Amino acid sequence: MNLRAVKAIYRFEMARTARTLMQSIVSPVISTSLYFVVFGSAIGSRITEIEGVSYGAFIVPGLIMLTLLTQSVMNASFGIYFPRFVGTIYELLSAPISFFEIVLGYVGAAATKSIILGVIILATAGFFVPLEIQHPVWMVTFLILTAVTFSLLGFIIGIWADGFEKLQIIPLLIITPLTFLGGSFYAINVLPPVWQTISLFNPVVYLVSGFRWSFYGVSDVPIGISITATMAFLAICLVVIWWIFRTGYRLKN
Amino acid sequence: MTQPSTSSAITVSGLTKTYATGFEALKKVDLDIRRGEIFALLGPNGAGKTTLISIVCGIVRPSTGTVLVEGHDIGRDYRVTRSLIGLVPQELTTDAFETVWATVSFSRGLFNKPADPAYVEKVLRDLSLWDKKDNKIMTLSGGMKRRVLIAKALAHEPRILFLDEPTAGVDVELRKDMWAIVRTLRESGVTIILTTHYIEEAEEMADRIGVMSKGEIILVEEKAELMRKLGKKQLTLQLREPLAAVPPALAAYNLALADDRLHLTYSYDSKADRTGITRLIDGLAESGIAFKDLSTTQSSLEDIFVDLVHRQ
Repeated sequence: MNLRAVKAIYRFEMARTARTLMQSIVSPVISTSLYFVVFGSAIGSRITEIEGVSYGAFIVPGLIMLTLLTQSVMNASFGIYFPRFVGTIYELLSAPISFFEIVLGYVGAAATKSIILGVIILATAGFFVPLEIQHPVWMVTFLILTAVTFSLLGFIIGIWADGFEKLQIIPLLIITPLTFLGGSFYAINVLPPVWQTISLFNPVVYLVSGFRWSFYGVSDVPIGISITATMAFLAICLVVIWWIFRTGYRLKN
Repeated sequence: MTQPSTSSAITVSGLTKTYATGFEALKKVDLDIRRGEIFALLGPNGAGKTTLISIVCGIVRPSTGTVLVEGHDIGRDYRVTRSLIGLVPQELTTDAFETVWATVSFSRGLFNKPADPAYVEKVLRDLSLWDKKDNKIMTLSGGMKRRVLIAKALAHEPRILFLDEPTAGVDVELRKDMWAIVRTLRESGVTIILTTHYIEEAEEMADRIGVMSKGEIILVEEKAELMRKLGKKQLTLQLREPLAAVPPALAAYNLALADDRLHLTYSYDSKADRTGITRLIDGLAESGIAFKDLSTTQSSLEDIFVDLVHRQ
């Protein structure tokens, strides 16, 4: 195990985050704060409680998920795409490191960054709405699992993308809509029955639901199913990455 | 099959590479690189030089065949073989925002070497990069970036160094510097494999020369031996009077008459027992052809190389 290489990649990626602090930390925090002000305070004050939780507090887990998902995907995809784009990938491929170690470095850094963001947003939310976390261990578990899983997805996208457009398209056209439609801002049971059924095909529903359960003990789907779905998605990402490295897809022609 | 031996730095056997597009970049390459030598790989664009290097370094997967680096298989023992090798790529691919110091230290970590500021400092000083160590790479000139790539390749103290066209697009002065650097490295026991378009580079530096063309190694030879074996000499005679045509009496010499009809060129093998020069001059006198001057030239490696590739 070449831990020095993992450390080198991890530190390189974290240094990149530090260099682009405004873009990587400040901007997501500001945009999330705007959600709290607009939805939580302005509109939320006119919305009745959902399952005993004030609307402002109800959307906190969903907003953290929204940031966690988009940031994990963007960080990890950019992290591996950029060396491919500028050509510095040659050094990674010629170094005495296994693919597992490469993934550990890049995905570890991307997940770390989105977890930091999630915690900052949680702290920011505390300024706007009263927070309670009923199952802190599960909250942290979901936070880490989601950050890791979507960083893996981002890594896959970063390997698959052959242009900056493709790099942007997944977070923009898939992750954001799925999160908005995944119950970040409402409980699934307010939807008509047909849409409730359709929603169950949206993987983000399980993440948001489970994460919200760890806060308030209320959920759209049973917690066991949330955990199973998250683990299943993690497993799928791992299999795809294993396949990428086994075949050298887009890395070693 | 090339037999691996303890004196081999790299042993390539039956190596082929066909890309997904169907392009056959390498057709059964066998090659043995000795420890401590400077080996120059020559060949036109698309000959397969970079593909060969990329396979040895682990960047491209071979289709068939084996590569041993100091006796270790590049597939099975990739951690060992890659630790032994440093690669300076052809393109100037660097991180723009990193400092010189950070990027060289990164490379050392990537290759599983413990941090050693004293060694990194030595590498940077040797490459005249020390006063740029805190500069971001994007602020450096092309020549300096090339040095950074060499520093990165040397960061993990490799025993074998690949230089893929190290002096492409580099000015004459820097090129001379590079040659000096390469010589110093060789003196410290590093095996060096360089690809180049510049024949003078190979002629200047290499111990042995391999010529590639269309995915095959068409020749591997000691440089001196290659020059001797294939080196042809030419005798050019400057005539007093224009000559309409070569007289039939001299047809056996295969003389070439220049367009200005004032120069006759005779090609011969300088190593032959009989070069035929004396008889040629006698023959010229008999035919009444007078010359006012003569000169001889030895063909350069470039002539040999062009000749070889064209014969394919």
